[in-house]
Amino acid sequence: MNSNYELPLEDAGYSFGFLDEYAKKEVRRCILKAIAIPGYQTPYASREMPMGRGFGTGGLQITLSLIGAQDTLKVIDQGSDDSVNAVNLRQFVQLTCPGVEVTEKTQEATLLQSRHRIPEKPLTEAQILILQVPYPDALVVVEPSEARRKIMHAEADYSRLLVKLYEDIVHFNEITISHRYPTRINGHYVIDPSPIPRWDVPKLHQSKALVLLGAGREKKIYAVPPYTLAEPLVFDDIAFRVEDFRDVNGVRHACRCCASTVSFLDEFSDDQGRVAYQCSDSAYCEEQQQPHSGSAA
Amino acid sequence: MSYVAIKGGKAAIDGAAAATDYMRCMNAVDEPIKLSVIEDQLRLLTSRVVSEGGLYHPKLAALALKQFQGDTLEAAFALRAYRSTKPRLLETPLQDTSKMRCIRRISSAFKDIPGGQMLGATFDYALRLLRLDLANEDPAAFRLVAKNFLSHTPEADLPDSFPKVLDALRAEGLLPPVGAIREQAFDITRDPLVFPVPRSAALATMARAETGSLLAMAYSNMRGYGDVHPTVAELRVGYLPVMLPHPVTGELMEAGEVLMTECEVVAMYESGKDGDMPVFTLGYGACFGHNEVKAISMAIIDRALQKGMRDGPDNPSEDPEFVLLHVDGVDSMGFASHYKMPHYVTFQSDMDRLRTTQGKLRETGETA
Repeated sequence: MNSNYELPLEDAGYSFGFLDEYAKKEVRRCILKAIAIPGYQTPYASREMPMGRGFGTGGLQITLSLIGAQDTLKVIDQGSDDSVNAVNLRQFVQLTCPGVEVTEKTQEATLLQSRHRIPEKPLTEAQILILQVPYPDALVVVEPSEARRKIMHAEADYSRLLVKLYEDIVHFNEITISHRYPTRINGHYVIDPSPIPRWDVPKLHQSKALVLLGAGREKKIYAVPPYTLAEPLVFDDIAFRVEDFRDVNGVRHACRCCASTVSFLDEFSDDQGRVAYQCSDSAYCEEQQQPHSGSAA
Repeated sequence: MSYVAIKGGKAAIDGAAAATDYMRCMNAVDEPIKLSVIEDQLRLLTSRVVSEGGLYHPKLAALALKQFQGDTLEAAFALRAYRSTKPRLLETPLQDTSKMRCIRRISSAFKDIPGGQMLGATFDYALRLLRLDLANEDPAAFRLVAKNFLSHTPEADLPDSFPKVLDALRAEGLLPPVGAIREQAFDITRDPLVFPVPRSAALATMARAETGSLLAMAYSNMRGYGDVHPTVAELRVGYLPVMLPHPVTGELMEAGEVLMTECEVVAMYESGKDGDMPVFTLGYGACFGHNEVKAISMAIIDRALQKGMRDGPDNPSEDPEFVLLHVDGVDSMGFASHYKMPHYVTFQSDMDRLRTTQGKLRETGETA
């Protein structure tokens, strides 16, 4: 090796969007394919990003491939814009995409990258929701081999998944899947809708916004295009149910900050050790607290 | 209560970054470690990082090791991320490893190989006794070691390159002939692994796999979950000239050299195809840097995977999906680390399921 080689002393100048243009173009082509075949997991050559695999690198590659100087970005983690991972991803986009606006307001964003939540406020046709996905394949709970899962998807064979749901009911009298509820898209492919709670699954159905799902570590991109069927896997006689926030008397818990009774709540112990509830979507919660907020969801 | 509000993310991240950097510099009387010191004196660490990072840049690897305070996974990760910003400009043609300038080359299959055994630099026969005199080496002592070694090295009696051991076996008909190259090499940086994958995809994945993960898989094969029973036909470490086509003439030119470790193992013979004579089977491993355990592990798993691809896997180390999707250090460490992130929402959903299930079972008086 050349022992005289010196590293350049100034910081590496990163191109807009960090990835080189060929990589971004490839991601965009995979996104187009994913939209054309709703719910199909399109394999792509996921690049290493400068944050951990599993921290949202799949979503980030989609965001960076789509974002332009005219875009406004919102980044959410667990419903919050200010949690460390959301802050970190947002800062990284700001660092590598000079000129891009960021916002915490759901309605202002053109691109929304999220982990674990879909905002409470309904999205519009002008928006793209990008979900970070740890496990893209809903079948992984019943079949570890990807080669075999691909055949099952191609044949729309979800019988083993239905058997799993059935066995749950036999064992526990309840379906035990809490989040990442398997959801059939456009009548064929069943997707893992990323670890959103069941609460958010109905928001995928006939969504006005394009929903893109990116799994960086597992190297897959898939999509729920606008106005597309998205139906959670259920039986005719056992309905799909979202999380229940009623107390023992059947009264819905309210957010302790904004008093909303229609949002997904986080539960925790307050200073006195009592159980308290608060909106998981922090931007929604803050807006509800404004004295003259016009649009309660 | 801050547990839910999760406010102040930016301040927390900045604080964590400052604390991490402080840990690196806290003993202010220490000399800052020089990149050349890491590159040279911790050469096996640097080797590991260039290999797992999939980018041959020892100086950047040394920088990454310094920045990430010796964590090989993080350092390899940083090299990979750096690589993501660079376009792939061209593909190298096949490189001929018989041209390697060897610093070490052994065979455990034959005691006498063409060119001879060359032990080179190895800890294989070192007694693992701590040399306490190294605790306070000074530059003078350091120079003396180098001077003594160089003054006792005979000049120019080493050949520039050595013939490959396997060529002799092949000439004798004990090995399958080298087939024509049938397929374009699979580029794991451009195409995702969709199974089944060709052998070149498996080799490329293993070449930048995490050393420990690869060793664990190979070890499982060695001690019962498999039956490769390898013999190391040749293990060589050295500088391989990298030949690239000239942009104008297209002629191959030496663009530089990379330190590499290469291992070829011979395994049990198989009956030949269509009435051919039975021949030994082979496994191949190669990676950037001086990483012998990695190259040997890779060669064993290559053999196991070839068997699994042909006959179906009988154990984990023969299953391409199982092996290739689990040996990447960057992927696996990232996912392990991500569990440190908040999972409030999904756990809330989990609690909802458990409470509902418990409630139902209480109502019906059953227990699961």
